[in-house]
Amino acid sequence: MADVAKGDKDAFSSVYDAVAGSVLGVVRGVLRDRAQSEEVAQEVLVEVWGNAARYRTDRGTAINWVLTLAHRRAIDRVRSVEAAAARDHQAALLARTPEFDEVTEAVETRLEHEQLRRCLRTLTELQRQSVSLAYYRGLTYSQVGELLAVPLGTIKTRLRDGLIRLRDCLGVSA
Amino acid sequence: MTAELHTLTGAYALHALDPDEQAEFERHLAACPACAQEVRELSATAARLGSALTLVPPDGFKESVLRRIDSVRQEPPRTSAGPAAAGASRRGRTVSNWALAACLAAVAALGATTVWQHLEARDARQDARQAQQATDQVADVLAAPDARTRSARLADGASGTVVVSEERDKAVFVAASMARPPSGKVYQLWFDDDGTMRPAGLMDPGRTAQTVLMDGAVGDASGMGVTVEPAGGSRHPTSQPVALLPLPA
Repeated sequence: MADVAKGDKDAFSSVYDAVAGSVLGVVRGVLRDRAQSEEVAQEVLVEVWGNAARYRTDRGTAINWVLTLAHRRAIDRVRSVEAAAARDHQAALLARTPEFDEVTEAVETRLEHEQLRRCLRTLTELQRQSVSLAYYRGLTYSQVGELLAVPLGTIKTRLRDGLIRLRDCLGVSA
Repeated sequence: MTAELHTLTGAYALHALDPDEQAEFERHLAACPACAQEVRELSATAARLGSALTLVPPDGFKESVLRRIDSVRQEPPRTSAGPAAAGASRRGRTVSNWALAACLAAVAALGATTVWQHLEARDARQDARQAQQATDQVADVLAAPDARTRSARLADGASGTVVVSEERDKAVFVAASMARPPSGKVYQLWFDDDGTMRPAGLMDPGRTAQTVLMDGAVGDASGMGVTVEPAGGSRHPTSQPVALLPLPA
């Protein structure tokens, strides 16, 4: 990444090869629309090139940095589209999320990492659904609560407890 | 209250808060180092969820990205050694990253505005992207490990805070409750290079509270100032400063 920041296109090409598939996967999961996803994923990758100097090794791995950026940009896009195009929040929510079971199952079959799949299975059903809908579908926690018909306070704690359990299972430190 | 806010660490790490709640939570983070640590860990965990999700990009995707970067100007690499770093010790107290999270709330509000603009048209989207990048740069300065702040009360109940990161060589000015400038005038920011004022950008005349990334490098500036100038700004100050702050030392 330090070479990318210095304008080394070969280094960028290697970074691209390492992250592009996941960037597209994350963005597509949230946005669903294929053309928009490709557009946002390209913007993210171009931003990685432009802002590589901002990546700091002491704040985690490069791929985490890139994927956090990709997730944020995908969410920015989906929420701006919702805000502008659909004041009817419920309609937008339903239009975007047909069946949460279908969603989470589709996501899980695409998971390549056995460890992550195993760790996700250690979560309670509600934790797993909440975390999946928030991360992979880009829903706010209140949308998650609405969709699962669960009180907001419960969703808040399930998101936190679920991530904590995942963190411990995956051995993530920061 | 605190306990309730604390449970938002998970939703925050998943980008699952509404903008208002996000701003409120970031204010809370300023006073809660344990929450900040948890947010870092849970953010890293969330990214792990993403790394498992892989799609094969379509044909021509990489070529298209490589073509686009040809026309993108990169941010200059940070210089981790050299005179600036060597002089770091002369600057005083380091404010913790999270003490600055309150400032980030203002930045988040700015981000929400840019999201709106985003949709209006393709051109507007370009503007919004630039605004978003400016927002990111502000956040980058505020969250820099070596960020230092200096606040001052200004006239008429206004207040100003300058945040400097020597490592980033950038400064951010945070203004609150500033009177609107007279019609046809703007507030202009300046770096004080040992008595010589160097232009550092204009503030938005329509807003009384704002967070502005100062144009240009901090360099050897010892202070910063704000003056009222004709719309469009001036090359040299043409009025007495309404604010004059030494950079944090």
